[in-house]
Amino acid sequence: MNFALSDEQVLLREAARGALSRFKTIEAAREALERPGALPDVWPTAVQAGWPGMLISEQHNGAGLGAFDALLVAEECGRVLASVPVLGLLPATAMLDAAGDGALPAVAAGELRPAYVPARPPSDLEPRWTADPRAGLTRASAPAATLAGGEVTLNGTVAFVPDAPGAELLVAIGATDEGDPVATAVQAGAEGVSITPVMRYDATRALGHVVFASARGRLLDVPPQTLADAWYLAHALIAAESLGAGQTCLERSVAYAKERFTFGRAIGSYQSIKHELTEVLRQLENARGLQYYAGWARESQPDEFPLAASAARSVAGRALDFAARSMINVHGGIGATWEHDAPLFFRRAQLSRRLLGGTRDATDRVAAQTLSAAAA
Amino acid sequence: MDLNDTPEQAAYRREVRAWLEANKAQAPPRARAFEDERYVDARRRWQRALAEAGLAGVTWPREYGGRALGAIEQVTVNQEISRAGVPGILDVIGIGMLGPGIIAYGSEQQKSRYLGPMLHGDEVWCQLFSEPAAGSDLAAVQTRARQLEPGELGIFVDGEGGRREPDDSGAARSSEAGRRAGRKPEGGRDGGWAITGQKVWTTNAQFASFGMLLARTDPDVPKHKGLTMFIVPMDAPGVTVRGLRQISGEAEFNEVFFDDVVVDDDAVVGGVGNGWATALTVLMYERLTIGFGSETFASPTRLSDAIAGDAAARTDPAVRERLGAIIAELLSVRFNGYRALTALSRGQIPGPEAGLAKVTMVNAGIAATDLGADVVGPDAFDTGSEWSYLISFLPGLKTAGGTEQILRNTIGERVLGLPPEPRLDKGVAFSQLRAKEREAVAGSGFRGASR
Repeated sequence: MNFALSDEQVLLREAARGALSRFKTIEAAREALERPGALPDVWPTAVQAGWPGMLISEQHNGAGLGAFDALLVAEECGRVLASVPVLGLLPATAMLDAAGDGALPAVAAGELRPAYVPARPPSDLEPRWTADPRAGLTRASAPAATLAGGEVTLNGTVAFVPDAPGAELLVAIGATDEGDPVATAVQAGAEGVSITPVMRYDATRALGHVVFASARGRLLDVPPQTLADAWYLAHALIAAESLGAGQTCLERSVAYAKERFTFGRAIGSYQSIKHELTEVLRQLENARGLQYYAGWARESQPDEFPLAASAARSVAGRALDFAARSMINVHGGIGATWEHDAPLFFRRAQLSRRLLGGTRDATDRVAAQTLSAAAA
Repeated sequence: MDLNDTPEQAAYRREVRAWLEANKAQAPPRARAFEDERYVDARRRWQRALAEAGLAGVTWPREYGGRALGAIEQVTVNQEISRAGVPGILDVIGIGMLGPGIIAYGSEQQKSRYLGPMLHGDEVWCQLFSEPAAGSDLAAVQTRARQLEPGELGIFVDGEGGRREPDDSGAARSSEAGRRAGRKPEGGRDGGWAITGQKVWTTNAQFASFGMLLARTDPDVPKHKGLTMFIVPMDAPGVTVRGLRQISGEAEFNEVFFDDVVVDDDAVVGGVGNGWATALTVLMYERLTIGFGSETFASPTRLSDAIAGDAAARTDPAVRERLGAIIAELLSVRFNGYRALTALSRGQIPGPEAGLAKVTMVNAGIAATDLGADVVGPDAFDTGSEWSYLISFLPGLKTAGGTEQILRNTIGERVLGLPPEPRLDKGVAFSQLRAKEREAVAGSGFRGASR
């Protein structure tokens, strides 16, 4: 039994924290709400740290690390609300690596930034591959794909794609007329591709609506499990980011509860505050256990990865929501003001829970996995 | 990152598994009700077999019959016993909590007298700590142990040190210890203590031979200081055990009454006035014991099968959302358990944060039975239903081993470092504290809503 970080993983986490500490990311998160250009460019730092190549195998010039390591980095990014494009980047690199794509060395070197265009794998209640819709709960069809030789033509729209703005290569999933999924790598500047940057509530989260109008890309010849894996990897990453952000909420709240006095004593001594913060800790610790599960399962028990990643997302999404709301509560009125950092974590919590199918869908996926196992 | 055993752990697991495989035919069935004496005897014999095979008292020192192994081996044994579908030891409280307390604080004579029969199931033990007015605030126990004056009465001691003839009639239970002097004293030594009070939530008291009892020996000092731990024979005159029925109607606990129960000076564990330290040690082992057991509790299969078998339930978004949340919580307990085991196998003792797993487990269990009842309907409450026991059992489990509120206080203070609430009992003699409490109650009379 060894279910703890290795020395290398501790170092990786410390290095990530150190690298990100050179930027005032949280202050920038506030400023960027009114001035989008205010975000620091953390990409060169990410490249220097080798993050683009984390999940790329060594034979393709990557570091050949596991999802567990990538989740630790995502957690650190979440901790300081850093705009590192992990959600778009890492699932894309995993798909490219599985396909042995020629762009890998450039991607690993950080010279070419790919973004994953998410498609949700079928479930017991939804037999199609689907995409996040522009609005509402009705799932959109994944882009229509036609395959000719090694070339794929895509038609369709995927809304709210993380990290699409500025990406140079889109790693997308379409569905054929028969409903089979097809993966393709499309140049972002190719004819028939349009990416409309959108900002919603959390300025640190780069989003784009991606439209393919007879856009052509090269086929990534990978099995359907790889395409599903990308979806769950994105879930595990958003869970890790959420855990990191929630951890900061807890630390800030605890510090304030120790120094703010009412009626002659620190507010953290009141059970109402103490129990709420203990609940934040409980939820975050549960999220951490599931982050470990997801990281471990992707390497060692891949058939459990969908369950593990969905559970991690479900618990971490709710944990961050609770942690951010508690941070506001514990700070009193000041916690709900523009100048305070609590609203930035609140914004992160609210938007993140609605991306990539939403936390709600991840919870449903846990149920679906459990029910299919029960029926089997 | 590896959930597999190390080669040494794997070898130990094979050994344990092989023994269980070869001997499980002689194991009694797993059951939770200990109302049938023959079943209790069968469980004693099974505990003896486990002890002789080294599967009871795994972490105890060798000189007391244990195997001197680590917590990770204890967990391996628990897992293999669970896997074999056989019951574990009968006396979890004795071997898991009280025995280690005696090993830490007991005299050599106490260790040699009590530990062997405890380990082998010949003498089962119970924990006599909580009282009707002392649960979360355990140091508020009111059970009084009064030191007998020299010559006040003869102490009956048999050659074994502590066993006494059982009283033959309730009529002999007088409130005056002195009157007992008239009954055939076997020893006649001076000294000893007379214990009077009430304990509650006492598991296994109905068939226990001994109890470890926390009593107040000095009410005129602050409450944590005036406590002493005693070993009390459960068949001593003046001990009355009554079953305490719970929501389900079953009696899994007892309340135990002490009416001038006389024990020898040798019954003191860890020194007079040192009872709180002894109690804390026992409670630390309680946390470990509960922690080791938590993985096997609340299997979600029953719930997922019930939902999967109902066409409307399995496609109902609200049912699915609740199921998904429950499963995710249970999974988090399992994988946090692996984190805790890793720490244990590296020699780290679990801290109070282990209590979070209990909170999650119990609340997920309650949510699971609630959802199960929604799906099954009123039949879930039928006594023959596989749901009814848990539906009735779990609300009380929230409080067992420390209320959820006390757990959250402890974790908030020890893990998050939040300041404690101001206390009104610090440095106040227990006797004065009680007087203040009574005054406060008298002064707080409800004056009605018209005020």
